[in-house]
Amino acid sequence: MEEKLDYIKLASNKPKGKRPYFHDDPAVERVLNITMAIAGELAVMRERMDSIERLLEKKGVVTREDIETFVPETKEQEEQRQTWHAEYIGRVLRIVQQEQEELENPDKDLEEIANDINEM
Amino acid sequence: MSARNLPPVYNKIAQHAVFPEMNHDERARYNFLANLNKHLAHVSQGNKVAFENRVAPNFEKEHGRKITSTAELKEAISKDAHYQVWSSLRRSTMEMRQQAGRSIVLRQAEELRDKVKALNAGKDSLVLDDSVEVPAYLLACDNHIMPGSYHTELIEEDVTPAANYDTGLFVTTAGLLGRYSDGGGKAIVSWVKKTYPDFNPKRILDIGCGMGHNVLPIAKAFPDAEVIGIDTGAPMLRYAHARAMDLGITNVKFMQMDAAKTSFEDESFDWVQSTMFFHETGGKSIYRIMDEVYRVLRPGGLTLHIEQPQYTDDMSLFEKFIRDWDALYNNEPYWSKMHDIEPIELMESSGFKKEDFMQIGAKAENDLADGSETADEPEDHGRSPIWNVFGAIKN
Repeated sequence: MEEKLDYIKLASNKPKGKRPYFHDDPAVERVLNITMAIAGELAVMRERMDSIERLLEKKGVVTREDIETFVPETKEQEEQRQTWHAEYIGRVLRIVQQEQEELENPDKDLEEIANDINEM
Repeated sequence: MSARNLPPVYNKIAQHAVFPEMNHDERARYNFLANLNKHLAHVSQGNKVAFENRVAPNFEKEHGRKITSTAELKEAISKDAHYQVWSSLRRSTMEMRQQAGRSIVLRQAEELRDKVKALNAGKDSLVLDDSVEVPAYLLACDNHIMPGSYHTELIEEDVTPAANYDTGLFVTTAGLLGRYSDGGGKAIVSWVKKTYPDFNPKRILDIGCGMGHNVLPIAKAFPDAEVIGIDTGAPMLRYAHARAMDLGITNVKFMQMDAAKTSFEDESFDWVQSTMFFHETGGKSIYRIMDEVYRVLRPGGLTLHIEQPQYTDDMSLFEKFIRDWDALYNNEPYWSKMHDIEPIELMESSGFKKEDFMQIGAKAENDLADGSETADEPEDHGRSPIWNVFGAIKN
């Protein structure tokens, strides 16, 4: 059987070609990227809540109390929740992973590549 | 009515049998990113203001003269806070788009591969050739910062590079290419039909066809023609073929070939087309590819190439600089060199005649436009579907 892809790690891979940094201190770039990823996930959550609220309103089946007291009820539910967290963290900390990949496997910068390509 | 043209919600994108399964949050993530792209097009307008009010005056004060080259401009603006934050947000948004797309397709890589295989089984209209090498210019960096680019196979018979591309184009362009991302192909069909109403091509070649999104409208418009799309990326071709099968377009053959050295006979096509292809090639290859276009085109045949807008003498240094941003920071490096080539000279060097050269402007045809897009939007350089088309009739 084919080995399953580690899609969480692979999804956050860096592309070939040195990453540009635009701020004087790369730390600013790093923090901004993490912050924007969190901003994105907050938007995703907001959209999901919007769907849920509209459906609840439409169908009138779940109370606020039901939601407040809910905990995972099966092993499968527990695993789904934890996988979500693992994916979430992989996504938010993408830039740290990519900097590590660059450290392990340094790239040329794009102007150098453009010059190389111009000779290809 | 909104003061801004809102991007279409992601669920408007056209579905087909090999389109990746997407859950609620994955669609929501793409909604966020499409909106962020739109937003940053507005933030980008601040670069011109920062340049005119801050960067240029500071340079003049320091050097006693004006900025005279894009290299000087780049050095000066790279210290500007607005340019820095816009640039890093734009880069970050594109990285997030790749991360989002890959997290969708990689978790279902085997399922996608199997769906594609089922649709492609027993068909002679998909011709892969593993002796075809990925050109060096595509190996130098990952275009569009897609990790693994068009060719990398993470599993046997992988199609995820194409599936990722298919899901994300709608996000990067905020839906302006339409539900099937085929606004470029549709625009060229309309122009050809209007300009040459009697043109009835029997054999059409699309070079660098990728996932086939722009060749399908051509095949649909000329159903009696034999249409061939070539590309070096096997994952793209597998996916393109399965996608075309499911969409009911059966007169396209997808073949793995390098556009610089095809196996087609001399003068065997009535029309040779490329769409947003040449700027992803290389400085020598571009001439070899154009030679090949000339060779396979029959006398009287038509060739057209949709590209980024050319740089003109009356274009400001600032505009040239900002148009180059995607070239260097969204990994399309050859674009930063290609705009120094005059398309007319490129074509003449392969044998096309000066008097047969043509150049037109084109804009994507968008089946999602519903008349609510009334706001006057800034052009998002490198992203807006407003193109230059160059070509010739071979005589």
